[in-house]
This record gives sequence, structure tokens and C-alpha cells, in this order.
Amino acid sequence: MSTIITRRTLLAGAAAASVLPLTGAQAQAPFGVGFIYVGPVGDHGWSWTHDQGRKALEKEYGNKIKTSFIENVAEGPDAVRAIRQLAQAGDQLIFTTSFGFMNPTIQVAKQFPKIKFEHATGYQRAENVATYNARFYEGRAVIGTLAGHMSKSGQAGYIASFPIPEVVMGINAFHLAAKKVNPNFKTKVIWASTWYDPAKEADAAKALIDQGCDVISQHTDSPAALQAAEQRGVYAFGQASDMKAFAPKAQLSAIVDDWSGYYIKRVKEAMDGTWKSGDVWGGIKDGMVKLAPYNDAVTPAARAAADELQKGIVAGTIHPFTGELKDQKGTLRLKAGETASDEVLSKMDWYVDGVQA
Amino acid sequence: MTAAILVSIFMTLAAAATPILLAALGELVTEKAGVLNLGVEGMMLCGAVAGFAVAYSTGSVPLGLLAATLAGVTAAMIFALLTLGLGSNQVATGLALTIFGIGASSLIGAGFVGRTITRLGPLFPADYAAHPWLRLVFGHDAIVYLSLALVLAVGLFLRRSKAGLILRAVGENADSAHAIGYRVLAIRTAATAFGGALAGLGGAYFSLALTPMWADRLTAGRGWIALALVVFAAWKPGRLLIGAYLFGAVATFELQAKAAGWSFIAPEVLAMTPYLATIVVLTMMSLGRRTGGRDAPACLGKPFPAQ
Repeated sequence: MSTIITRRTLLAGAAAASVLPLTGAQAQAPFGVGFIYVGPVGDHGWSWTHDQGRKALEKEYGNKIKTSFIENVAEGPDAVRAIRQLAQAGDQLIFTTSFGFMNPTIQVAKQFPKIKFEHATGYQRAENVATYNARFYEGRAVIGTLAGHMSKSGQAGYIASFPIPEVVMGINAFHLAAKKVNPNFKTKVIWASTWYDPAKEADAAKALIDQGCDVISQHTDSPAALQAAEQRGVYAFGQASDMKAFAPKAQLSAIVDDWSGYYIKRVKEAMDGTWKSGDVWGGIKDGMVKLAPYNDAVTPAARAAADELQKGIVAGTIHPFTGELKDQKGTLRLKAGETASDEVLSKMDWYVDGVQA
Repeated sequence: MTAAILVSIFMTLAAAATPILLAALGELVTEKAGVLNLGVEGMMLCGAVAGFAVAYSTGSVPLGLLAATLAGVTAAMIFALLTLGLGSNQVATGLALTIFGIGASSLIGAGFVGRTITRLGPLFPADYAAHPWLRLVFGHDAIVYLSLALVLAVGLFLRRSKAGLILRAVGENADSAHAIGYRVLAIRTAATAFGGALAGLGGAYFSLALTPMWADRLTAGRGWIALALVVFAAWKPGRLLIGAYLFGAVATFELQAKAAGWSFIAPEVLAMTPYLATIVVLTMMSLGRRTGGRDAPACLGKPFPAQ
């Protein structure tokens, strides 16, 4: 059973919340799990994949739990109200799924010490606040390998949202992997300055294709860039979910976020009392990052190289960020053989040589 | 830069300008009749979702465009009923219409998330547009041509026709128009419906031509740009055309400059250019104008009968 809360029903919900503690006190009440999304669940991207995780919870636990979510929550004071709303409605475990919800989550968590909180992609923790994130850069290294093999012009376009470490890390991982295949590889970056604006994302893809890019990668949330690639007959990669339906010929593969396993595990721990605050940064090995099935157009050589990289990452023998590594300005960032620590990764604010950003 | 790229850039520009031009042109007519409808974004979303739903269900893009137009009219009629019929505040009702449109489109669209259709293609056969430069003339889809024709039609209607004169009279001085015997509310309702129709069509351009899919808030705030454009154009269709294409040009230039790697300009500055250009042009227009405030219809946003 799920309830959909939008900002419009928030006020009505607040009135109802004053009644809820009475029902919450009953013995067999289902375990409440709440979600806060930054975008619409219909974005096909970030918020959508978190909602897939929520649906997986319902499938796993049925009537034992009750999930609810609030979508389109702005990263600011609005978030405090939204999170508090879920807490007051009786949710015992609340997932806040965007970086900008970090401070609001900590703030609300202080007021509700008995409720457990999980914040995606943040770094602040508390007794009742855990953090989790996925190593998307591992997936981006795999698609970078595919791009290096499949691009004829040796130029990839990359539609990026905002220059935060997460996005910079993705660009670098993609480019480094492509450069291993083709040393002269160029990655042209367009900062769209938005996570979600389908028309702009499509136009950005067209601009990159006009400038000679024949593979498009993106770190924005809609499938619009893939559609543009499909129309122009170049290759592209899906973001956050398998977007093949939108671009059956263009999509070579896609990075698929899969939060289901993590959510199922954490809800179980919260229900049986073993939940502890902590920090999880899972990758391909943990099943949090997956690659969508390769397109038939992917050549055997590209396929083999991508598979080998995936195996190496899972086995721990390959790290996408391994020295010797210089940035755009020629400064040595990693010595030969050295791999980037998580700290280096999470603060990344420089581009590797060959990235045009 | 080759001709093919230049042409391609212009095609992107025209496609980016078209939905804004349509929605703004509809709003211009609405405002000329004295009605301020701030619900353009909501009406566009209603059109976008209705257009996609019908095009997906029937497999026909023209039917989708028709449905989008009707959806825009329906949303506009809700607005007309509340503001013109029941006398509610136009600004507040317009904002409410946008919120309503976002919610309604999200609800209707829930079943269509993840679906895709064949996009609205070029109007003329590919042979006409074989040469790159000919693509500039023959390479567009029907809505681009329709939007240009509508600018001309609306311009002639407002300036040259008697009906246009009456519509302007209703917007400039509703009491006098009423005294001469014109039905102010009926004319305002019709103008609001026209605004809704074009907003719906503009919204459908997103879901049927630009990005043939349904996704929540697909228009991403273009309705607000359309509203600003009407002011920018000083309620003149010709200037509206220039403004919409200027906005498309600056937005396209921003992306092309980034793609071309003009790293000497910070990406944040490029992202700012469309808005900066708007401010610069607005400022230049205000400086050049000696007849302050004459542009806006005198009865814009004022209820009738006066309360």
C-alpha cells in the first residue's frame, strides 16, 4: 500500500498528522518507510530509479510495510517541511534522495531521534542518520570504453548538469576509459546548468553532434538527448535507467542505478532492530550500479573490452582512476600505479587531459 | 564552420523558438482583450500531455495536435469561468491554473511515462530539402510554418480588421466598448480561448516534435518565458517573432559555444546569456521609449464590470 503525497496535499496531510500518532501506537501497524525525491517520479532518471527501489520494497515486504513518498521537493527550507511531514505521519525509516537534502535531513533527524534516516550522496552522519551512494564512475568507465571503440570521429559529447565532484568524476572516468582505447580521444562537455530540462538536453545533444561528436553521454536526467542522438543517427548512453525504448538504435548501453537491494536490506535491519548508522558507497560489485544490455551494434572488440573492465572492477584488480594521471594543466594528480582514494574522488574538481570543459 | 552546421544550428534555433512563439502569440491576443492569464505554463502542460496521450493512443500526430489545442482551450475556459464569470482575481487564478496544469498533466501522464511515439516530421518530402540551404526553407515541420503564418494572421487581424479593432477596444477601454454595445465578456472569453489553444499547441510541440515522449514538467518553465516575451515585444506580433527567435538564437548559441569549447567564457556566463540578453533589450526599449506605459492595454488585468 502506498500513499502519494504532493506539495498540494501537504497542508491537508499536516492536519491529518495530528490524528496519526493514535493509530501509530497500535500494535500491528505496518512499518512506515518514507521517501523524499528531488524530481518527479516520472523523470525516467534519478528520482524514477529511487522510486523503483521503493516499489521493490513493497514487492518484498507486502503488507508488513507502508511506503510513501513526496516528489518534486526543492533542496532548501521546503525539504525540512517535507521530511518532517513524513516523520510526523509515522514513518520510521526515511530516505532522502538528493545531495541538497543533507542539512534538512540532519536538522529533522535531531528532532526525531527514534526515527531512522538515510541520506543519499551526502557526507554528514548522525546516530540516526546513515549515508549511501553509488560508484557511478565505475559504470561511466565501462561506457567510456564502449565510446572509445565505437566513435569514428574520436569525439564524444557529454551533457553535464553542474560541476560538482560527482559529475566531474563521471566525466573523468568516461574520458580516461575512452582514452585508453584511443589516445587522441576528445570529450566535449556542455554544462546544461540543469538536472532536468528535456528540450535543453536535446538541443545540447544536437549542438555536440553539430560539432562533430558521434557518441553522446549525459549526466542529466531525461532521455531527450538519446532521442536527439537517435534522430541524428549517432550513438548515446542511457542515464540512471535503461532508456532503450526511447532510442533503440542509438543507445549502446546505459548506466542503471539499482537501489532495490540496498533498500530491502536496510528496511529489514530497521525492522529487526539491527540498523546502524554508517556510510555505504557501493558499485558494480554490490549491484548498485549496473550496465544495460549492449546494443547489437556494439562490436565484439568493444564488448570484450567493456566486459573485461567490468570483471576487473568487480574483482578489484582494476580501478578506473589509476596513475599516472595528469590534469588539464599538466599537474600530476596520481603517481604511476597509484589509485585514487575515496577522499580524492569525493573532492574531485579537476579534469583529466583531453576533456574540453 | 560548414554550411551544413550553420543550417543545422538554425534548424535547432527555429525549433527552440516555435513553442515559445506560439504560446506567447496566444497570450498576446488574450492580453490585448484586457485579460492577464498567467497560467500559460499550466495550459502548455495540459496541451503537452493531451497531445501525447492522443498521439500515442491513436498513432496519429495530427490528432494529438488537435487534442492538445482542445486541452489548452479547456484549461483556458476554466480560467475564463473563474475570472470573467465569477470575478476572481486574474493574477491569483492564473498562478493557480499553472499549479493545476502541472498536477493534472502529471496525473494524466502517469500512464504514459516511458512510452514513445514517432515524432512530427518535416512537412515537405526530403527531396525538397536535399541541399543544406534549401533545408532552411523546406526542412521544418508543419508547426514551424503554422506559427509563422499565425504571427502574420494575428498581426493583420489586430491592425487591419474590424474584429481586431473591437478586441483592442475591449482591452483598452472596456466600459466604452460596452457602452457602444460590444459584449465585453464574450469577446474576452473568445480571446482567452484563443490564448489557451495556442498554449496547448505550443505545449504539444514539446511532446510531439522536440522530445517525443511524456515526462513530468516537460515544458520546464517555457510558459514563463512566453509571458515575459509578450511584455518584451510590447504587445506587437512582429516584435514577438523577433523576440522568440532571438531567445532561440541565444539559447542555441550558448550550447554551440560550449560544444565548440570556447573555454575562455565561463559556462555560468553562457548559461546566463539568454536572460542577460532579455534584460539588455528590455532596458534599451525602455530608454528609447518616450511614451512610458503606453504599450500595455489599458484595461489589462482589470475585471469587467469594474468592481
